[in-house]
Amino acid sequence: MNWKQYFNTSIGKKLIMATTGIFLIVFLVVHCYINAQIFYNDGGTRFNEAAHFMGTNFVIRFVEIGLFGFLIWHMILGLALYNKNKSKRTAYAVNAGNKTSKWYSRSMALLGTLILLFLVIHLRNFWAPNRLSTLTGGEELPLYNMMKEQFQQAWLLAIYLLGVFSLAWHLLHGFYSAFQTFGLCNSRYKDMIRFIGVAFSIIVPIAFASMPIAFFLHLLN
Amino acid sequence: MEHYNMNLTLKVWKQKNCKTKGAFETYQVQNISSEMSFLEMFDILNERLIAEGKEPIAFDHDCREGICGTCSMFINGRAHGPWHQTTTCQLHMREYKDGDTIVVEPWRSHSFPVIKDLVVDRTAFDRIISAGGFISVNTGNAVDANAVLVPKDDADDSFAAASCIGCGACVAACPNASAMLFVSAKVSQLALLPQGRPEATTRALNMVKQMDQEGFGSCTNIGACEAECPKGISLENIARLNREYLGSVFTGKASS
Ligand code: SF4
Ligand code: FES
Repeated sequence: MNWKQYFNTSIGKKLIMATTGIFLIVFLVVHCYINAQIFYNDGGTRFNEAAHFMGTNFVIRFVEIGLFGFLIWHMILGLALYNKNKSKRTAYAVNAGNKTSKWYSRSMALLGTLILLFLVIHLRNFWAPNRLSTLTGGEELPLYNMMKEQFQQAWLLAIYLLGVFSLAWHLLHGFYSAFQTFGLCNSRYKDMIRFIGVAFSIIVPIAFASMPIAFFLHLLN
Repeated sequence: MEHYNMNLTLKVWKQKNCKTKGAFETYQVQNISSEMSFLEMFDILNERLIAEGKEPIAFDHDCREGICGTCSMFINGRAHGPWHQTTTCQLHMREYKDGDTIVVEPWRSHSFPVIKDLVVDRTAFDRIISAGGFISVNTGNAVDANAVLVPKDDADDSFAAASCIGCGACVAACPNASAMLFVSAKVSQLALLPQGRPEATTRALNMVKQMDQEGFGSCTNIGACEAECPKGISLENIARLNREYLGSVFTGKASS
């Protein structure tokens, strides 16, 4: 088989889902770390510095293209797999439900779609106008102040919380699942990976959620 | 446990063959002993149907002691019924109470077409085994059993994988109708032993290729297979299959 065929089988596609997924997980860590600078509560000085670095560094710009590529690949392949898998049988009259598996493991496509909807709004609010401004020769936008302003709207906060909530459940399956796909979940590492996966799926979403909440409650100046 | 009798309502899937559409049919069964097995209850129902001149319900069974894997029935949403690590023939009626309604469906997967009623065609599994579930051995006299040394742990893991009875409950239970647990068991039992190494770079590839060709779904690590497997085949086998596959991708010989 050639390389293309290797990655076209059911396991090959799984490997792509896992690899792109892990890349997106790494991105989450970086994104979370940069955003956490707002908690210095220095009027956004440190945060804007970090955002400036991320927005202007050549390497980061390059990785950003890869990030979008991987994100789109992860999405399209994920939805395609979901559709294909659904066509493999007619439905049972009675289902086992949560007795034999976790609801979030069965709902990865739904959770992923919710995250995508959130992402469209999120990118439209911050990333897109900022890039547009710099690409058209303008200034970088004052992201900190934009956050401060936008997160006064309760409905936007609600959308962010829903997005983060979906992310948490998506990660709870996805983190462990990626390592299982790489074949690393043997008796030696299984429990450790599961533990780290659960911790990650709780800590990172809570960190993300705390940011719009902090602005909404006027905890930051 | 005390013995009791019960009357039950059964909703059983009836289907003439894979070309026709099936539907549920409702049957009442009386005086079922709590000590009967689930299949014995079906025997009683079928005897009555035959006596009444009606068509009996077709279902697969052979050993009736939990080792052949033929007795496929999807009972109230569960492959082989609700008991942990049990085949349908080993499920006993003491699980049920008088007046219960039980819904019985065949394994539902397009790769397992219905032959009749609850009987499905599982030859897809045989074709996957033919694609790679074998080893190469010397002809001539059998070699001494201890000529090849096998670490005890590997022998145990291999044996555990080899206990897969090919029942197809993993496919039936999987929301993706994936056969990965079965294939992983069949790859693992050989991959763990020195006797299985000569084919190691091609076995996983060939069996996975056949699995896809048979039209099984893609595994998304949901884990319902492990929960429903009557032989307790572990998801670690799927991890091993993924590892074997990855190994073949990077070290296997490229061909067209
Ligand atoms: S892995 Fe388990 S459920 Fe699947 S065919 Fe083998 S014994 Fe049956
Ligand atoms: S009849 Fe053989 S396992 Fe049930």
